[in-house]
Amino acid sequence: MAARNATLTAEAHDRRRLLMERSRPGRTGASLPASDVPEQPLPDASLLRDGLELPEVTEGEVVRYFTHLSQLNFSVDTHFYPLGSCTMKYNPRFNEAMAAVPGFASAHPAQPERQVQGAIEVMYRLQEYLREITGMAAASLAPLAGAQGELAGVLTIRAALDERGEGRRRKMLIPDTAHGTNPASAAMAGFYVVSIPSNAEGNIDLDALRKEADGELAGIMLTQPSTLGLFDRNAIEMCRIVHEAGGFVYGDGANMNALLGRVKLGHLGFDVVHLNLHKTFSTPHGGGGPGAGPICTNETLSPFLPGPVAIRRTLRGAQGEREAPMYGLELPPKSIGRIGGSAGNFGVLLRAFTYISLLGGQGMLDISGNAVLNANYLLVMLRELYDLPFDRRVMHEVVFSAKKRPGANALNVSKRLLDHGFHAPTMYFPLVVAEALMIEPTETESKETLDAFIEALTDIDAEAARDETFLANAPFDTPVSRLDETAAARHPQLRWRREG
Amino acid sequence: MPESPFVSPYIPNTDDDRASMLATIGVGSVEELFDDIPAEHRHPHLDIPAPRSEMDLRRELEALAERNFHAGAHPSFLGAGVYHHYCPAVVSPLVTRGEFLTSYTPYQPEVSQGTLQGTYEFQTLTAQLFGMEVSNAGMYDGASSLAEAALMACRITGRAKVAVVDTVNPHYAEVVRAYTGPQQIEVYAIAPDATELEPETACVLSQYPNFFGYVEDVAARSELAHRAGALHCVSCDPMAMAMFRAPGECGVDIATGEGQALGVPPSFGGPYVGIFTCRQEYLRQLPGRLVGRTVDTEGRTGYVLTLQPREQHIRREHATSNICTSTALIGLWAAAYTALMGKHGLPHVAGLCYQKAHYAAGRIAELPGYRLPIEGTFFQEFVVSCPKPAEEVSITLEEAGIIGGLDVSDRFENGMLLCVTEVNTKDEIDGLLNVLAGIK
Amino acid sequence: MAIPDDRRYSKEHEWALVEESGTVLIGISEFAQAELGDVVYVELPKVGTQVTQGGPIGEIESVKAVSDLFSPVSGEIVEVNEGVKANPELVNESPYENGWLVRIKPDDPAQLDTLLDATQYGALTA
Repeated sequence: MAARNATLTAEAHDRRRLLMERSRPGRTGASLPASDVPEQPLPDASLLRDGLELPEVTEGEVVRYFTHLSQLNFSVDTHFYPLGSCTMKYNPRFNEAMAAVPGFASAHPAQPERQVQGAIEVMYRLQEYLREITGMAAASLAPLAGAQGELAGVLTIRAALDERGEGRRRKMLIPDTAHGTNPASAAMAGFYVVSIPSNAEGNIDLDALRKEADGELAGIMLTQPSTLGLFDRNAIEMCRIVHEAGGFVYGDGANMNALLGRVKLGHLGFDVVHLNLHKTFSTPHGGGGPGAGPICTNETLSPFLPGPVAIRRTLRGAQGEREAPMYGLELPPKSIGRIGGSAGNFGVLLRAFTYISLLGGQGMLDISGNAVLNANYLLVMLRELYDLPFDRRVMHEVVFSAKKRPGANALNVSKRLLDHGFHAPTMYFPLVVAEALMIEPTETESKETLDAFIEALTDIDAEAARDETFLANAPFDTPVSRLDETAAARHPQLRWRREG
Repeated sequence: MPESPFVSPYIPNTDDDRASMLATIGVGSVEELFDDIPAEHRHPHLDIPAPRSEMDLRRELEALAERNFHAGAHPSFLGAGVYHHYCPAVVSPLVTRGEFLTSYTPYQPEVSQGTLQGTYEFQTLTAQLFGMEVSNAGMYDGASSLAEAALMACRITGRAKVAVVDTVNPHYAEVVRAYTGPQQIEVYAIAPDATELEPETACVLSQYPNFFGYVEDVAARSELAHRAGALHCVSCDPMAMAMFRAPGECGVDIATGEGQALGVPPSFGGPYVGIFTCRQEYLRQLPGRLVGRTVDTEGRTGYVLTLQPREQHIRREHATSNICTSTALIGLWAAAYTALMGKHGLPHVAGLCYQKAHYAAGRIAELPGYRLPIEGTFFQEFVVSCPKPAEEVSITLEEAGIIGGLDVSDRFENGMLLCVTEVNTKDEIDGLLNVLAGIK
Repeated sequence: MAIPDDRRYSKEHEWALVEESGTVLIGISEFAQAELGDVVYVELPKVGTQVTQGGPIGEIESVKAVSDLFSPVSGEIVEVNEGVKANPELVNESPYENGWLVRIKPDDPAQLDTLLDATQYGALTA
């Protein structure tokens, strides 16, 4: 038995050898043409590279290696992935097919407008969709990820304040439940951060807010629904207080999956909102990107949007002159500027446009309805097993506190779930909930899957009840067991190096 | 035939499922679940068109795609930071396997070894390509990487001034301004031949090869920066690094780049991946994700996200950056492309780009009315001064079925920035020469 | 856990030990290292830096947290422990001995009297 295990381990190790470890002089994975032009003189040798260490591997080896690596992953395609706040819904393959159409995939961002009308039209129509969904006046698709959307959004606030001659307003309020990106984005935009607590119902504490609503207030960044999975019932009052104090309200739309077609954040008083297309609008997460984080603004902030943004021209040049193309890309008049090399992650934008177009208005309602239904079903079915810090209806996700059962804390439950073939929930976030397990089922999971998940959690709880120490070593059946993160951080090895 | 009601192909719950779940929850309808939303704002009119079938929508989108005059159907001589390189057929199906495509950031390393090890390969290959000690897991794109490099240099030096060489991609320079302005960092331009910096300069930002395709003396610029106590941050074209001296051999402190050149489709601007490499000593100031090698409880090699206290989810407003993504999928794409090309293939591709670009440039310079306004060594891009405004030249080329270069007439009289890579055949280049010869 | 009574403690869990030469050795308490968990990185000021009592002098990182270090006395940093920079585990293994962090030449040794003694600190962390 021992010998057999040793063999398996050696084989498993062999399959995970790094590319440089597989490299053998003389192999190649490339089929390349010879030059078809007369030979040109090379520049001075002092300018040229002397030696380049890259792998020498065949195409077949690369395929087998990466395929094996892929099989070490959990993914939405292979497993239920209830990672809270990440909206791990099914990613339609039709979106992928459309992004690969040569007319889109080969379009170059520096081509003149007249040559890329199809691409700009897609962007324009997506802006219109997002404006409609958020109830805002304008949209920019430039931000390349949610966090960059946050940065761009608070920069529009800063620009509007500066234009009013209110450069002294540099205080950004952020609830204690917020994602870490909110304070980090505010700091990058030159604001200082003041944390605002939540009240007993999980809404923003309005008394604490009023105390901070002074002449230094620039604004507040609120996630709606919150990271507790709750619709913040104080949002309208919060907007009123902040506006009266002269500040702006930033809406983090990370959790928009709950609200599609149910409410428009612009109607509640938000001034600027970002959306995560890789969450709400089904573009794949890719193991940590690419994403896209468009922002939508009201009339006041629209002139400051990052760009360029897509426009549709109604007046297209005088008679006799060459007509300007119908669709264009332009920087808004007082834009905070460019925040990326191009006008946005077009391939991601196109996937989201495809998704919204296919599902239509009715489909948007079906998304939020089923996402919220699934989350509330889990709440009811799991409330005996775990503490529920805020006992009220949830939106797209539910946050439990795993502190009832000794030996079954959030970490141990999460790790053991992996053995059961379920990805773990988000754990230890938000920070205001001890032993937090944040579960987001999304609308694309069936009742049968949710029931199997509930059964797994019930089994895990029973395991801990039988033996308090049992879960501490989970997972048992994954490609690797718990990894030594301390060693990784104390003596970082961040790349392959030739030994000796 | 009666019209069938819309049923989303992505939602498995049936009416029966919903009824049973609502009963379990104890509410009468899905709508009731939204009662926390104030009634006056609940269920607003949503002006989004009716659902479409996949077949119907495909027809429309393919028609829209065909309204683009694109390099899939026409020879292109446009670069300016985004390059057409041939990507082997194997890369896309491999990298877009569902297990890579539809996983999240690897927060649970036990079930994310594929993504983690793939990123470790990206870190290894980019560090080796740039000849630098450390690479992070990836950034948004080349422009934002350079902006983050400027912020990092300001943190390291404790200074608040950034010198941008005026041959850096103007869009990149704009992004640098957008990122640094709010932190009261002053940005000023210098000429490529500048021999002095303003006092208290944190870093010099260069591009290699520069925006106009030419190779500047990177090592000399590093010396200039270091003499002034500043860092040298250079945005490099990874393809050119297979041919020209690596930034790590030229005294560069932070080397960034646009990973798109490693076989990633142009896709009208993204998604791409930013490359971010630096000296080991600056590791703690790196923005973004890092993957490290370690062992599990049984001593088996494995990979984890590491040095996380630098990041936003722990240090919040004191983080090195707000960035969360590493654009892992595109990083994986770039790593697979680089591995396939390999030690000899990548220099071969770079050599083809160089050869073809020089053939084209040499022939264009012989045409009456055309000249090359810049002297020196270039890689695959060069500026041509045309006998007519670049915009007119571009239209004439388009009428002949060719995508022309970028209009740089703001810097060079009737200037057009042309790019020739390995995907351009001699026939295509000769076709370009023919059309240009006809413009007088 | 035993709290050495040869030194003083701050409410932020740093200790300060007056040495024969008059310099003050600074570290963190056993209680603090246990709360932090495995220390993976220690950032310390440069020798020659002037520090003030209660002011920041560095940071201690564990795998998923970071804590500020505050100086229990005002003075000049005369030495930093290169050992803990290379092997941060020393802070966990030997917080009162080999895991010391910085050596300070105090401006006013009497400042130490404002700190807690072992008994008071023991009460704080009980």
